Amino acid sequence: MNAIEVLRMAMRGLTANRMRSALTTLGILIGVAAVILLVAFGNGTSIQVQQNINNLGTNSLTILQGGQSFGRFSRGAASTAKDLTIADTEALVNPTLAPDIKQVAPVVNASATCSYQGNTSTPNSFVGTWPSYFEVTNSPVASGTYFTNSDVVDARHTVVIGTTVATALFANASPLDKTIRCGGVPFTVVGVMKSKGSSGFQDADSIVIAPITIVQRSISGYGSLRQIVVEAKSADATTPAQDEIYAILDPRHKITSATNRDYQILNQTTLLAATSSTTSIFTTLLAAVAAISLLVGGIGITNIMLVTVTERTREIGIRKAIGAPRGAILAQFLVESVVLSTLGGALGVAVGIIGSHFTIMGVTPVIVPGSVALAFGVCVVIGLFFGGYPASRAASLRPIEALRYE
Amino acid sequence: MSTIQIRDLRKVYGEGEAIVRALDGVDLDIDSGEYVAIMGASGSGKSTLMNILGCLDIPTAGTYELDGIDVSRLGERELSLVRRHRVGFVFQSFNLVARTSALANVELPLAYQGVKRHERRERALAALDAVGLADRVHHEPTQLSGGQQQRVAIARALVTHPSLILADEPTGALDSRSTHELLDLFERVHAGGRTVVLITHEDEVAQRARRVIRMRDGRIIDDRRAA
Repeated sequence: MNAIEVLRMAMRGLTANRMRSALTTLGILIGVAAVILLVAFGNGTSIQVQQNINNLGTNSLTILQGGQSFGRFSRGAASTAKDLTIADTEALVNPTLAPDIKQVAPVVNASATCSYQGNTSTPNSFVGTWPSYFEVTNSPVASGTYFTNSDVVDARHTVVIGTTVATALFANASPLDKTIRCGGVPFTVVGVMKSKGSSGFQDADSIVIAPITIVQRSISGYGSLRQIVVEAKSADATTPAQDEIYAILDPRHKITSATNRDYQILNQTTLLAATSSTTSIFTTLLAAVAAISLLVGGIGITNIMLVTVTERTREIGIRKAIGAPRGAILAQFLVESVVLSTLGGALGVAVGIIGSHFTIMGVTPVIVPGSVALAFGVCVVIGLFFGGYPASRAASLRPIEALRYE
Repeated sequence: MSTIQIRDLRKVYGEGEAIVRALDGVDLDIDSGEYVAIMGASGSGKSTLMNILGCLDIPTAGTYELDGIDVSRLGERELSLVRRHRVGFVFQSFNLVARTSALANVELPLAYQGVKRHERRERALAALDAVGLADRVHHEPTQLSGGQQQRVAIARALVTHPSLILADEPTGALDSRSTHELLDLFERVHAGGRTVVLITHEDEVAQRARRVIRMRDGRIIDDRRAA
């Protein structure tokens, strides 16, 4: 019995039992592919969330209306709360009191459906603001320009739109200098924003931005600002800038203690830290799911290998009865296991890698090389062990015992 | 010269209260070229004796010499050599490898002997031809009748040219026509100079043998040669 003979015998064993071979391969394939895909999906989500936050600008701060406390105390705080106003915004532009603040922009939100020659689009957000908003929020235009400060002062009907809105209203034509109607009010498109992509949950390109004055006058009314966005001089300056904002706004809002502020500040740097810890929990969770699918896949492999043991033990008995030496039987069964495990593992890696090229729920999976090695390794080892061990046990039996095995 | 020489052979299963003496002191000599039938009720120990003769099982005590070698003292590796070269075993339930063609089944013992591929094929085809299955060589066991499967099993037992052919109720699962064909086959094998030992409980089968041994409770109670 030489090596070629053993290999030939193993291949004959595999092709003689096509269904069993296919099922075993499939079990290993699913186990490996599931682990690779799940980990890649988790990793992709985490990377994307961090990118989105970076897109917002790491040196920006957001001042929101409302207190930091929720539940019982929020109502009491709200009753005495003062609105965030344009005057608050202007107060923050103060090189002496707030040297770390580069620029600010007030934000009001409205909701309006926009239309152009029968095409309509309802943007996720309809923002009224100052031109500084574009730089503070890291939202450059791809074509055209921002509206200007004089557009704001004169409340001109100008607008910058996101790519989703542009595509919905104009298809492939250029929207520049066209007049669209939003909430019945005509606006001239002066710019189209560069695509930011989807954040996984919300389309960041479904947005319309207009001068705050015209939005307040014709759509939203003169309520509280939704938020004030602030750009610090640098990423390191966000914390001092935050303190400066407190120093300026607390007296204006008659705040005596930090616990009952009627506004709150979101710091992108702390937000980034918070979300990266969130996404790492998410990744860990997915890794746990992957580990479970690896376990389930492994049990599947074990199961099909063990289920066939009865039949194969008889076969081993027959082979021994006609004079097969123990070594030849072991070699054959081990080669069979190696072939099935590596074939299933390789196919699983292929499926995992191909599958991770597809975008799932707006998330592009990013493969973690370690997960490929781990999934492949674990499945192959399980396949080898549970293919080889029962065979080796059966090969050690006396032929008559193996033949009688039930 | 005895091919098989057995002295005080014992085989015990279980322990204590549940002890079963399958073989309880068997002495037996079988000469080269004999045709022996072993008869007995179930539980008489005949199958246990047969399994030990075929080196599929090992005795608890006693000696078993095959062609002058004390087989009961051999290890697993040597036993597999004996099975491979000296003994051809035919089972009641055929025991062909499933989903594998008749030809591949017959080639199997030759493969374990290390016979080259080309020669293997020729000898396997010749053996299948000898049992009258030249036109069924590529059929799988499930595509063959019981009689045909048993003939494949006999071809597999004969293909290595062993001096001893053992058959454990080879006709037990067959109809009477297949039984006749099979017995003719054993007669030819015996005529070719081989030692044939078979187990049966059919008188018709036993009548063909030159010597009939009867067993009961693990002992030989009758040993009669035909005139």
